[in-house]
Amino acid sequence: MGFDLTDRPIDPSRLMADAADIRAGAFVTFEGRVRAENAGRSVKALDYEAYAPLAEKEGRRIMEEAREKFPITDARCVHRTGSLALGDIAVWIAVSAGHRPAAFEACRFLIDEMKARLPIWKREHYADGATEWINCATRGPGAGQKVK
Amino acid sequence: MKKTVSVRYFAILRDQRGLGEERVPTRASTASELYEELRRRHGFTLPVERLRVAINDEFESWASVIEDGDALVFIPPVAGG
Repeated sequence: MGFDLTDRPIDPSRLMADAADIRAGAFVTFEGRVRAENAGRSVKALDYEAYAPLAEKEGRRIMEEAREKFPITDARCVHRTGSLALGDIAVWIAVSAGHRPAAFEACRFLIDEMKARLPIWKREHYADGATEWINCATRGPGAGQKVK
Repeated sequence: MKKTVSVRYFAILRDQRGLGEERVPTRASTASELYEELRRRHGFTLPVERLRVAINDEFESWASVIEDGDALVFIPPVAGG
């Protein structure tokens, strides 16, 4: 069971070797990757910024909640910070369980909660040279305004 | 009562403030009063309803009373994953 932030590229093969578990008949992984398009705009790169002390606490709390909710044997999550290129892995999640339903459900729970709750922010760099903090500046009241 | 707190800024707030961290002398008594004070001073675009607040590295309510030496972080809408 573990949650980590890293400013280095995520290496799934190494992480998967660490996660090997003979109690687990099911092993589900999720990779969130940098996509070339968002909301109709061509994306060239991303930066992730984390409020690390609280992101690590909240990440560990989410892992603990998954362990309480689902019959799983292990779970890991690694989230990137820093500058990422297209195709790079932004978040990696693995869940081991005796059987597949819990592994799939816990993995889905983990990625959904991580996205909603971790104090981590994403800035997209677009083909036209513009940048935008996603959700801060792209949704809801106060979005799209410039500082006076 | 006058106190001094530290404030860290992330993402859009850091851009709008133009720095990542500062010490702020204030008479604000709650976290929300402090945000409103800083919002007026620096022209932050996001209303308090769209943010969360952390005090000393834990999520807290906006009504929390702030004390001298507290470390506050205003948390704009997140976008991890």
